[in-house]
Amino acid sequence: MNKTFSNSPWALFWRHLRRNRIAMLGGGILILFYTLAILADFFAPYGMETQNRSLYNCPATGIHFIDSSGKFHLVPFVYGKVLADRKWTRYADDTTKIYPIHLFPKGESYRFFGLLPLNRHLFGVESDGRIFLMGTDQFGRDVFSRLLFGGRISLSIGLVGILLSFTFGMLIGGISGYFGGITDTLIMRSTELVMSVPALYLILALRASFPINIKSDDMYLIMVIILSFIGWAGMSRIIRGMVLSIKENDYVTAARALGFGHLRIIVRHILPNTLSFVIVAATISIPGYILGEVALSFLGVGIAQPTASWGNMLNQAQSVRVLTSFPWILAPGYAIFLTVLAFNFLGDGLRDALDPRKIK
Amino acid sequence: MIPLLLGITFFSFMIISMAPGDYLTTMSQNPQIKAETITAMRLKFGLDQPWYIQYVKWLWNAIHLDFGYSFANQIAVFTLIKAKMLNTLILALSAALFAWGLSIPLGIVSAVRQNTWVDRSASFVSFIGLSIPEVFFALLMVLFAAKTGLFPVGGMKSIDFEYMSYGGQILDLLHHLILPTIVLGSISLAGRMRQMRANLLDTLRQDYIQTARAKGLSERVVTYKHALRNAINPLITLFGFTLADLLSGAFLVEVIMNWPGLGRLTLDALFARDLYLVMGSLLMASVMLILGNLAADIMLALSDPRIRYE
Repeated sequence: MNKTFSNSPWALFWRHLRRNRIAMLGGGILILFYTLAILADFFAPYGMETQNRSLYNCPATGIHFIDSSGKFHLVPFVYGKVLADRKWTRYADDTTKIYPIHLFPKGESYRFFGLLPLNRHLFGVESDGRIFLMGTDQFGRDVFSRLLFGGRISLSIGLVGILLSFTFGMLIGGISGYFGGITDTLIMRSTELVMSVPALYLILALRASFPINIKSDDMYLIMVIILSFIGWAGMSRIIRGMVLSIKENDYVTAARALGFGHLRIIVRHILPNTLSFVIVAATISIPGYILGEVALSFLGVGIAQPTASWGNMLNQAQSVRVLTSFPWILAPGYAIFLTVLAFNFLGDGLRDALDPRKIK
Repeated sequence: MIPLLLGITFFSFMIISMAPGDYLTTMSQNPQIKAETITAMRLKFGLDQPWYIQYVKWLWNAIHLDFGYSFANQIAVFTLIKAKMLNTLILALSAALFAWGLSIPLGIVSAVRQNTWVDRSASFVSFIGLSIPEVFFALLMVLFAAKTGLFPVGGMKSIDFEYMSYGGQILDLLHHLILPTIVLGSISLAGRMRQMRANLLDTLRQDYIQTARAKGLSERVVTYKHALRNAINPLITLFGFTLADLLSGAFLVEVIMNWPGLGRLTLDALFARDLYLVMGSLLMASVMLILGNLAADIMLALSDPRIRYE
């Protein structure tokens, strides 16, 4: 039997994307980061709020293979840290005892996916030792663990924010372009209004209409709303432009002749044609939302302690003394950088794969 | 432009008034201030009235360039903002100069030498510049300045600024300006460079370029006289966007690098619930942005004769 192969547009798109190594690298980094954040309970050796009161601002413990007597160990180990200089917060290794790194040791208990009670972590050391891959902060909390937990907030806010603002942006832009006339004018004037205030000033003014101290859960929601409020304007302007040309197509006239409702025509017949553009635009816009969270939390009006987010972890670094003495608190900065880079790589690849001529 | 400004002020007044409490509520917690004083101040500033009446009053005064009184700083808002706005403008303009001065030549070079190592390394660096978060970059620069001591870790003037000669003052200012400029400028540098490269590549493929080459013009004349002038137009339109990015971006740079600009002022005013000061700086930031867009439109009309007839 002869089999004929035909490629659907999505299969073509996927084949094109897979050939783009940089885009796949970006996608890979993102999958890794999101997995680490979602399963933070398991991957992090300690809890988000676990304090080590005698080990504040402690540098990374480092991973050793050779002990002080020159003996090689097959299983890597860490030394305990002791405060050697209280005035300058300098720590020294206590080389008398070694703590081998165990896989899947018992640790703090948590609920896997919020359901299954577990107490195994990916790695750790015996309970009287400590392993800090990236050191600790001023309250003696493990920076690596907080980085993973903070990723939950910082990484998800981009996805949730984009979902909200793009849904509204598409709908409003669709309505604006489809109906035209006074509706169009009114909507376009209000997008101009939102876009003529520098973004960060507007974000902060909106933030000011809520109390300064808010619980982290509520703050998360408020930030999503604020960031989406800024984001819908640009999106709906572009969608409107696309709708203006799409609505001239014969199939739209046909749908109208069939007596379909306006909203149905907009949502089912017109907006799907903008989808390839929207996917690319969303991928490129997500970093904006992540950076918005970082900026707010960094300035001290976002996610509040003790909850970790990449922004509020950087907050400490505002003091030059802290920054120069304990540079490892910049760790979230590298994480943000890599995330944004990965989104840009992926977005660029998506744009190429979805035919650069159509999207401009 | 005027209706837009009216809309912005109305809108921002509304959201700021939605905030629970005002500056006087914080003051009333202070046991040293009598309740009568608070009531008297409330009456004096009209804070006892509903927000729309307050808005009309504020607007009427604002038309006369009186933007109200800063509760926290005990000084007229306009005086306060005037000085800070100049600092923000200095930073934004120097960053714009840095970004445009580098991005246009770099974009041209990578377009002319497409797919060579120059082009590839430029696009690699631009990807990094596009992705590095401003907060992180600024903190790295502060760390760099503190570790090497080559640059001041923050601020705009040295302590002995007042005792310097005129030339010394300018040099000191420039010295303080370098790191903030690099951080702020790099936001738009990468994007503009990619834009310039793409535009020039597009233009070089046009028929009239072929014609110019066929006439026997040198490649230099073709590139720099015929292609460049057309390729640069979209970038001028983008100037407005660049300014928006820079004004918004300046906020964080100012806070991290202690640059005494509008951003720092607004943040402190927000924390203190200093209503009129927040309104004033929001308005000024928007005015700068709108004027920037206007300037971009005018420049575009000057550089592209086709636009004038529209």
